[in-house]
Amino acid sequence: MTFLAKPKVAHPSLPKNAIGLTRRQYEGAISTLCAGCGHDSITAALVEACWGLSLEPQNVVKLSGIGCSSKTTAYFVSGGHGFNSVHGRMPSIAMGANAANRRLSYIGVSGDGDTLSIGLGQFCHAIRRNLDMLYIIENNGVYGLTKGQFSASADIGTKARKGETNYQPPIDPVLLAMTLGAGFVARSFSGDKRQLVPLIEAGLRHKGFALIDVLSPCVTFNDHEGSTKSYAYTREHYEPAVHADFIPPEREITADYPEGEALPVVMHDGSRIVLRKCDASYDPTSRSAASTFIQERMKDGEYLTGLLLLEPSGRDFHDVNATPDEPLNSLPFEKLSPGSKALENILSRYR
Amino acid sequence: MSDTPVSRVNDFVIKIATVNGTGSASANTLLMKSIFRSGVPVMGKNYFPSNIQGLPTWYEIRVSRDGYVARSGRVDVMVAMNAETYSRDVKEVAPGGYLIYDSTWPRPALLKREDVTVLGVPLARMCNESFNGVRTRILMKNICYAGVLAALLELDLQRIREMLAQTYAKKPHLVESNMQAIQLGYSYAKANFPCPLPLRIEAMDRTAGNILIDGNTAAALGCVFAGATVAAWYPITPSTSLMDAYKAFCERTRVDAASGRRNFAFIQAEDELAAIGMVIGASWNGARAFTATSGPGISLMNEFLGLAYYAEVPAVVFDVQRVGPSTGMPTRTQQCDLMAAAYASHGDTRHVCLYPSNPEECFYMAVQAFDLAERLQTPILVMSDLDIGMNDWMCRDLKWDDAYRPDRGKVLGAAELEPLEKFHRFLDPDGDGIPYRTLPGVSARGAYFARGSGHNQYGTYTEDAAEYQAVVDRLLRKWGTAAKLVPAPVIQASPGIDIGIVSLGSCDGAIREAIDVLGRHGVSVNYMRVRSFPFTEQVGKFLAGHRLLFVVEQNRDAQLRSLLTLETEVAKSKLRSLLHYSGLPISSSFIVAGVLGEIRPPQLQEAKPRLTGGALV
Repeated sequence: MTFLAKPKVAHPSLPKNAIGLTRRQYEGAISTLCAGCGHDSITAALVEACWGLSLEPQNVVKLSGIGCSSKTTAYFVSGGHGFNSVHGRMPSIAMGANAANRRLSYIGVSGDGDTLSIGLGQFCHAIRRNLDMLYIIENNGVYGLTKGQFSASADIGTKARKGETNYQPPIDPVLLAMTLGAGFVARSFSGDKRQLVPLIEAGLRHKGFALIDVLSPCVTFNDHEGSTKSYAYTREHYEPAVHADFIPPEREITADYPEGEALPVVMHDGSRIVLRKCDASYDPTSRSAASTFIQERMKDGEYLTGLLLLEPSGRDFHDVNATPDEPLNSLPFEKLSPGSKALENILSRYR
Repeated sequence: MSDTPVSRVNDFVIKIATVNGTGSASANTLLMKSIFRSGVPVMGKNYFPSNIQGLPTWYEIRVSRDGYVARSGRVDVMVAMNAETYSRDVKEVAPGGYLIYDSTWPRPALLKREDVTVLGVPLARMCNESFNGVRTRILMKNICYAGVLAALLELDLQRIREMLAQTYAKKPHLVESNMQAIQLGYSYAKANFPCPLPLRIEAMDRTAGNILIDGNTAAALGCVFAGATVAAWYPITPSTSLMDAYKAFCERTRVDAASGRRNFAFIQAEDELAAIGMVIGASWNGARAFTATSGPGISLMNEFLGLAYYAEVPAVVFDVQRVGPSTGMPTRTQQCDLMAAAYASHGDTRHVCLYPSNPEECFYMAVQAFDLAERLQTPILVMSDLDIGMNDWMCRDLKWDDAYRPDRGKVLGAAELEPLEKFHRFLDPDGDGIPYRTLPGVSARGAYFARGSGHNQYGTYTEDAAEYQAVVDRLLRKWGTAAKLVPAPVIQASPGIDIGIVSLGSCDGAIREAIDVLGRHGVSVNYMRVRSFPFTEQVGKFLAGHRLLFVVEQNRDAQLRSLLTLETEVAKSKLRSLLHYSGLPISSSFIVAGVLGEIRPPQLQEAKPRLTGGALV
């Protein structure tokens, strides 16, 4: 996205989605990130995916913590409420919001610092609760707003712009999420919109916690030689393992998939994700096999991307809590407050 | 208050020293409740260790025909069941009092005091002869002393049987075995001691319309009745029982019988940071949400409380205060978070606090807290403490008005948003400092971006000086509105008296008794119990209208006094602190001694009173 103001008037020929809205109506405020920032490409993918799914803008809830990544929730779907909370604590805001109203689409946008350092605890526990949300990490291996410190996702041997070398092992959110039981774990690259958009669509339709770790180069502090999160390095080393085509419930599967390669998975709302494996030996439905495969490739310096694990059968927070389908925030007061007679009954135990 | 033998019907204190985890709680509750059911006002306080089994624990029962249900500061009957604490327990008995102990093992040291009557009962031996199994014998030994006391105090055995039948409705065999233990102690006492003692129970009619309830249970009931649907917390003593009670009441009243669906969300968070985050997220999304915690949790919640203040999100937090600093003494009481709560978080922040004085007020203030949180769009901290929260208090029946409907504050719905050209989150159209808010999922026209970063009145990011200041100045106007909406102090005053007591929360009972005692010494004082922060107009007026003010509170650093000097115009020189911070609930004798230490009434100048150990003798 550009930092220049966009014209408010939309051209009449702009395509409209199923609810009659143009892409323009899924955009947000003008980005104040650096020109060329990977995050802005992710924002564009989010706009595309929300438009493509024909989400009602007011049903989109955008949540973030603090950092460059966390600013981006202001840059898409201006018709949805946003909450830019405190550093590393977005998952708890998301948990509370989701508890209050289970019917909305919750999109959390975080960074590698926000998720893997200060927010590691909340990230892990949101996964354990199987909080129904899409959690995007805009991962650039560096702290931007405080000018270039390594983050917890920086690889060993990576060099800072000023020449310092990182010797601490990185925390990989994909492997971590797999270990913690996440049912939807994906990795992508901000420069690969064709891969990213269907992943976002699928993640939004997945019931439960959906993680997409998006490698998103920082043009200002981490795009130099010696960085393993630069555009050049990422383009060279990322390797799609599984393509995911998202097919909403109302649409037929029309593409012609070669036998044996395509694996259609039905989601809770009837939509399907068709997984197409690039490598026949990769199994995106086996937690242990997927995890081993990813680690093996990592040793060779390759980032496997795509929908790396899909296990859509998990019980989300509301299933465990047995919450009604109707959102808690709209239950009538009469259903909540037991009344004076009930109080008298209760008090009889305290006499 | 003299050295003559104690001979007071319905006016004495029993203290029971036992070992944690030996089942003494049920014996103590049984005793307290049977006195309550005799129509006699009673207080029960549990002094327990931060431990699961093995450390010393005490239970103090005060019987008061006059309805004084705070600690008096004296002990008339000591039941010494814990060898480890015998020596200090013996010392505590007032002259003329009684000491009951387990004479299965001889305790010559116990006989050292000649000014108390020592009553030995072979509790362990009797129980070992009558019951099988180590655990049963230990439990029954404790029930057995309740039987001894029943004989000595002339408690109604039939009433005790009824209570056991209620407690063990699902396990009737336990009624018989417990009753057998009661009878063992009862018969031994009847056969060996002159029963009843001069201090005994005589049925009255002073507990009708009252209940025995702890503050955490009452607060939880308030949350249920106020319609709170999202509860998130991290376990911490002494607040956990509030959440447990909320869950239990919801499981009883909020579960759809047909579907089994639960009309509430109960979330055990990973820490207090997450707990308050969940409450803020849920409240922002239009649910009534709350958490309960104690001092260490408040410390952790600071950053989020600042966010909720600045982003103007409702939240209800119960702080059941315990002894600090740091981990402190988790099972002892204090009022030591007053400053930390009032100014929680960095930057210019001030939070609305409510100060309940007993379980009854916990119930009503819980409901009020949700109304205030939504009306003012800010966190409300209900400052209870361990004494209120975990001890059973005698208080008036809780009443519920079926006409009550929640005050959801200024929330715009889709219909109200429709005619607006554009919705702006932080404008002040009504001049009361309270803006209008919208909820997610209602209308794209109401969408806005909540943030803790600098914002202008339209809700967009700003670093502009004037725009920033306009918002924080408006927040100050909102603070002024808060001072008009929060509960006023309770004032007990007569004209012509220029000495006042100022206090808050659980000090109330002890102060009310102390005022009566002081009156008998010829010292008249007025009394103001502050019930909220910000202070209402009446607080400043009361302070201005008195020459000398005793500020009574349960912390070392005079935190209420600090708040009064910071937030009102009162002259520091007029304020005298009476600070009780041992971890035990404050007693009336402490307050009497403190006031008399400062002002010497004519009667006492002649009588030359002795002040020892904080108690007037």
